[in-house]
Amino acid sequence: MQILEWGFVAAVLLAATPVLYAALAGALSAQVGVFNIALEGQMLWGAFAAVAGSYYTGSAWAGIAIALVSTALFSVVLAVGAARFKADPIIIAIGTNLLALGLTGFLLRVLFDVSGTFAPRGLEGIPSMSFLRDIPVLGPVFGGQTVLVPLAFVLCIAAGLWLRNTAPGLRLRGIGEHPEAAASLGVDVARTQTWTTVAGGALCGLAGAQLALGNVTVFTENMTAGRGWIAVAAVMLVLNRPLWLPVACLGFGAAEAFGFRLQGLGAPQQLTDAAPYAITLLVLVATRLRFGSKRALPS
Amino acid sequence: MTSAAVELRGISKRFDAVVANDGVDLVLRRGTIHAVMGENGAGKSTLMSILFGLVRPDSGDIVVNGVERHFRGPLDAIAAGLGMVHQHFRLFDSMTVAENVVYGAEPTRRGSLDRKAAAARVRELSDRYGLETDPDAVVGRLSAGARQRVEILKALHRDAEILILDEPTAVLTPDEVDSLFAVLRRAADGGATVVLVTHKIHEVLAISDEVTVLRDARVTGRFRTAEATSGALVQAMTGREVREVGNPGTGEPGEVVLEVERLGVTDRGVHRVRDVSFSVRRGEIVGVAGVSGNGQHEVVAAILGTDPIESGTIRLLGRDLASLDVRRRRALGLAVVPEDRRGEGTAVTMSTAENLSLGHHRTPPIGASTGWRRGFLNLRAQRDMARRLIADYDVRTSGEKLPVGALSGGNAQKVVIARELSHDAPVLIAEQPTQGVDIGAIESIHQRLLDYRDQGGAVLLVSHEIAELQALADRVLVMFAGRIVAEYSRADASTERIGAAMAGAAEHRQAGEHEEAAS
Repeated sequence: MQILEWGFVAAVLLAATPVLYAALAGALSAQVGVFNIALEGQMLWGAFAAVAGSYYTGSAWAGIAIALVSTALFSVVLAVGAARFKADPIIIAIGTNLLALGLTGFLLRVLFDVSGTFAPRGLEGIPSMSFLRDIPVLGPVFGGQTVLVPLAFVLCIAAGLWLRNTAPGLRLRGIGEHPEAAASLGVDVARTQTWTTVAGGALCGLAGAQLALGNVTVFTENMTAGRGWIAVAAVMLVLNRPLWLPVACLGFGAAEAFGFRLQGLGAPQQLTDAAPYAITLLVLVATRLRFGSKRALPS
Repeated sequence: MTSAAVELRGISKRFDAVVANDGVDLVLRRGTIHAVMGENGAGKSTLMSILFGLVRPDSGDIVVNGVERHFRGPLDAIAAGLGMVHQHFRLFDSMTVAENVVYGAEPTRRGSLDRKAAAARVRELSDRYGLETDPDAVVGRLSAGARQRVEILKALHRDAEILILDEPTAVLTPDEVDSLFAVLRRAADGGATVVLVTHKIHEVLAISDEVTVLRDARVTGRFRTAEATSGALVQAMTGREVREVGNPGTGEPGEVVLEVERLGVTDRGVHRVRDVSFSVRRGEIVGVAGVSGNGQHEVVAAILGTDPIESGTIRLLGRDLASLDVRRRRALGLAVVPEDRRGEGTAVTMSTAENLSLGHHRTPPIGASTGWRRGFLNLRAQRDMARRLIADYDVRTSGEKLPVGALSGGNAQKVVIARELSHDAPVLIAEQPTQGVDIGAIESIHQRLLDYRDQGGAVLLVSHEIAELQALADRVLVMFAGRIVAEYSRADASTERIGAAMAGAAEHRQAGEHEEAAS
């Protein structure tokens, strides 16, 4: 059984990418003190918007742009509700998730007169970086991928360094830790929370675009299948630090890619599909047992 | 150097029906330390909030350095040269000292945060004002005194020349208080203006140049400290003479009723309490001194049974408590006045009557342990008991139906004391019983504890106020880093000795322990 080949690495990266975008959105929200569990719904909306956009315009790039902008707009509900009107972000997020599921299913019927799956002939997927094909290592790993795959990792690392090393990053971190202290030093807490959450919406749009126009070229109802929740788990696992997110998300990607391999070897699909979720759960429980406590920081 | 840095003229502020400030005038002269005194609810916090732009006055003028100001928020006040050190620190625990100091006004270099410049700034300010700090230390691991220095540095970093400190000594050891005062004096000598909000008379006399006293929203006294006496200050604060409650050491204590032997408590691998042994006898008040967080609270929790213990034994009236839960321990003869009045001591949304009846709700006359009444409350008995205790303990309330959360701190604490003493338990643990309570209520609570002791009760009194322990305790134990590091009889319990032991200077001290216990 040949598992550690470059093709497997590519499969891991591919599976990790949508989760990574969503997790970055969640980590940034968490840094400003907004616990964002709307990632699942936002990613699903992003996937729908990307497919619909690509279908109507005939361009995958336009699909990405439409996903990015419309998901950012979609996230305004959570951003403004939680930051400006001090509503419970958990409740808004639950509403967002239910709305995304219902709305995408509804629009699928109204706009395209199909239910379940929408894969029209000629739907444009995001082109892969085939110009890399002949370069060793890079070719087999990234040659078949969209540019959104490496971009996710670059964004994560950039965001982590930005948080750590810039003045706005410092302010952002402070807001999540002690909003009253930040406000007393002249930082506009609600505004920063709003814009950070909206930026997270844009990232979830990219997550959906990569999922529906990169990983595959199709929209199916509830196609995110819990990836947004895996992202929430990843955020908690790394204690909101974007620099560590690639590690957590690659773990998830590996579990999914490994599941596919096992399927090829005859393992039942139901079992292998469950693998990433089971592993996520185990890791969360294990870290909780190891580091968990009622008082995480000195009081 | 004695012109007015700040003048508040005719400041008035109402919150609904409550008048917080009523035509208050306050003049702060440049280069002086000015104490603003008053009991809780006298209006000093509101006045400072107005000065710092957190609250807008209904009427009155704020003049800073000769210019009339209308602050829309604290940022305007900061821009005008004011800085405030809040009683409850507003710090980012996970960040370093330097990051906390520069937050919101950061030095940058080519787009990124300039950590070197930030650290250099902290060192410069530290040296100038004698504020000992390590710019790279993580704030969450610092002692209360060091955290307070960070707050002062934050204000200085923003070039504050008028520093407001709200109850700054509440969390400090006596040594830390001395060094804070040295820093403030140095700042004042350098031309800064310092406002000290406090209710501790000896501190006012020790450090301030001038005093303004508030009572019931008005100014009731203005003094030059050199000409003030503690009697005059108390009179201005309370409107009457307060008699100091003494401890007339009465008869010999009786037999041991509470015995703690080699107690150890561990919280997630950190030793909070180590090898603590002591006993309390009938007719005795045993005081426990120490800076908050050195294991006192954990000892109380271990005796009450709310937290598990690691090792050792606790005996109440000769009985090992190991197998008993909180309810059985209380039934056996334990009453507790907890430190956290709003969280543990009372149920704030419940009525005064309900709060007073807690613990009585299973036994007659209010509850019933057998028969068809079991599980039902006798509301008439509950009301009658509440009215009796409210009268006995002089709880100032509009009625027993009022939620405890609506009472002032002193009155809420009287409710807790009344309830706990009404159980007639032979052993009482009182943790910070007068924290956040005004002078009149302190006096009454102290008298209650002494009466209880004189009637044969055994009291374990945990307090951060050395003066309180000296006034009440027959013996004083000092805790540091989870251990009892010293024990003084009443005659030997001087402020210097207790203070030194609280800071870990006693001979049993072992290097490195304090950090562990404080983290």
